[in-house]
Amino acid sequence: MFTPLNTVFPLRPARVHEVCGAGAFGFAAVVCARVQTDVLWIREAWLSERLNPTGLSAFFDPSHLLIAQTKEQTDSLAVAETALKDGAVSLVVLELTRPLNLREGRRLQLAAKAGAATGLCLIPEGMGSNAAETRWNATPIHESHPPPRGEDSTLMRWEIIKNKSGTLGVWDVRWDHTAHRLDVVSPVGERPGSSHAPG
Amino acid sequence: MWFPRLASDRVLRTRPVDAPFALTITEQNTQRLYCLNAQAEAQGLHRAMSFADAHAFCPDLLSAPARPDQDARFLAALPRWAPHHCPWVGPEGADGLVLAITAASHLWGGGAELLGDRGARAAAAGLSRRLGLGDTGGAAWALAHYHEGIAPPGQGLCALQSLPVAALRLEGAQATGLQRLGLRTIGDLAQSPRGPLARRFGPELMLRLDQALGRTPEAITPEREPPHYATRLTLPEPIGLSADVMAGTGRLLKRLCDTLKADEAGARVLCLTLQRVDRASQQVELRLASAMRDPARILALFERGISTVDAGFGIDQMRLEASVVEPLPAQQIGPKTQPAPDRLNDLITRIGTRIGLENIQRFLPADSHIPERSFLIAPAAYSQPKSGWPKSCWHAPRPRPLRLFPPEPIAGTTPRPAARFRWRRMGFTLARTTGPERIAPEWWLEDDSWRSGVRDYWHVETREGRRLWMFYTPQTPGWFVQGEFA
Repeated sequence: MFTPLNTVFPLRPARVHEVCGAGAFGFAAVVCARVQTDVLWIREAWLSERLNPTGLSAFFDPSHLLIAQTKEQTDSLAVAETALKDGAVSLVVLELTRPLNLREGRRLQLAAKAGAATGLCLIPEGMGSNAAETRWNATPIHESHPPPRGEDSTLMRWEIIKNKSGTLGVWDVRWDHTAHRLDVVSPVGERPGSSHAPG
Repeated sequence: MWFPRLASDRVLRTRPVDAPFALTITEQNTQRLYCLNAQAEAQGLHRAMSFADAHAFCPDLLSAPARPDQDARFLAALPRWAPHHCPWVGPEGADGLVLAITAASHLWGGGAELLGDRGARAAAAGLSRRLGLGDTGGAAWALAHYHEGIAPPGQGLCALQSLPVAALRLEGAQATGLQRLGLRTIGDLAQSPRGPLARRFGPELMLRLDQALGRTPEAITPEREPPHYATRLTLPEPIGLSADVMAGTGRLLKRLCDTLKADEAGARVLCLTLQRVDRASQQVELRLASAMRDPARILALFERGISTVDAGFGIDQMRLEASVVEPLPAQQIGPKTQPAPDRLNDLITRIGTRIGLENIQRFLPADSHIPERSFLIAPAAYSQPKSGWPKSCWHAPRPRPLRLFPPEPIAGTTPRPAARFRWRRMGFTLARTTGPERIAPEWWLEDDSWRSGVRDYWHVETREGRRLWMFYTPQTPGWFVQGEFA
């Protein structure tokens, strides 16, 4: 059975979700684009990779973005908890560098519930926490035939690898820069190599 | 009260020297003497003399550069010490003070005694001074500058009549003109017919004469006391519970915010000093993301800082000061005005108490083709968001990557991307490329990372899926990866 993306994708509000893989930043950018209010992005100051607002402007207006630079992950978590609990921003993106333990994951989840804000953790591969509502793996994939309109955006394979309240699934998606929406490229079942996909 | 050597006295107060000393100022590419001490004047030096000439006259002259801005600040601080004698004090020119002692002199046993005390105090502070006392500000000025002394009440003209006309605060050209007419002293001037003089020299001359002789009033403008935003609370019994401290802070805040509201100002940085019974004091600093004067909102933000205070044996004194204050005019609330993002600012303040207010940042657009410089990172508390980002005219003509990192070198020296390459220990096979897009360095700005010259940027799609932003430097051949698209 084929699971439509819209049963899981606008991420469940007031929960904390996780995403890993090479396309995690792209996933986060698409999530930000669906939020109309301010977004808080928490990163540790020593990380050399940073967001490029010019590239981000294809997804949403970078003036809505606030960046918190922290010294270490403990500070990041404290800032994320404060922001989630406060609810002044409806989305908090958190770059993690070490796995969360049960207590930390649960506290984030409770804070998100209290403030009705959505959290998204960008995690390194295989470092998920048990408390996460959903966990996604986003990888960019190559397509042999480029789209006819000559759009510049990466075709990504989004795979939901953990879901507390629903089924798993895999989708190939592409962000449409001009229409500002997410296109599901083709049903998973029709693509080669996905015959064992759930559903 | 005139300080003839204010600038050099200010410098010599902190570092006294027993030698000729002068301050120099650069005017029209020449160093000139700005102010000198008594020993230097005794050597025959004078103001506005060129520094080279002065050195020739007096080889052991010590000098330092003049700081007129600091002199002005020093003079502004002097009235604070004057209320000891009388409350009504104003600045006079660049190097004088004027004091209205009419109602205060009897407290000191008369004008002369007050003047003597005042002079002694200035001398103790290391300032050379000349004092004049008269019925009017003009008379006092004339006496201070030309003949130190006291004009008895009602006899201003007698005291002034032998002084030169320049003592009337006239411009140089007017004083010279009067001397050419043979009117050398104020007495001569007072006896001359007023009409012809006013026609020739303008109304200014007669005004100055009348001011000195008390026929025209002249007001002293005292400096306003700078507003002081601080409140304090002394407790009969020491307190130790955080709830009590919060309640005390609430009371202080209410009073402080009333003062702020009366002045249409808002606090930006608040400092709460808690003094314990053992005389140790602790400070809680609160830096706000925007100017605020709402006691309830500020009190909630103090919570985290107060919870970290160690009360010891108890706190018996509290002092709250708004150390940085910004104007915050009352705003009309209407359908068209945007409501201030209060909730977001409170969140920024709360996060800022943990990680520092300057670590919460936002992007601002910047006008540059260099990818790293096409945006600015500014602290969110001190900047306003700029909307309309993609529509601006400087928007990048080609797609830009979502992620940027410092350029990471990869193998290859050919002008076109290699068919296979390794990056971050991963092998990649080229699928499609777009480019090159040449970006030249901004030569007017020094930047070490652009020393390698112009860059040819390529948009590279790989068979592995990742789409990278790579550049080739033709002037020093080499390939680098700088970003990744999404």
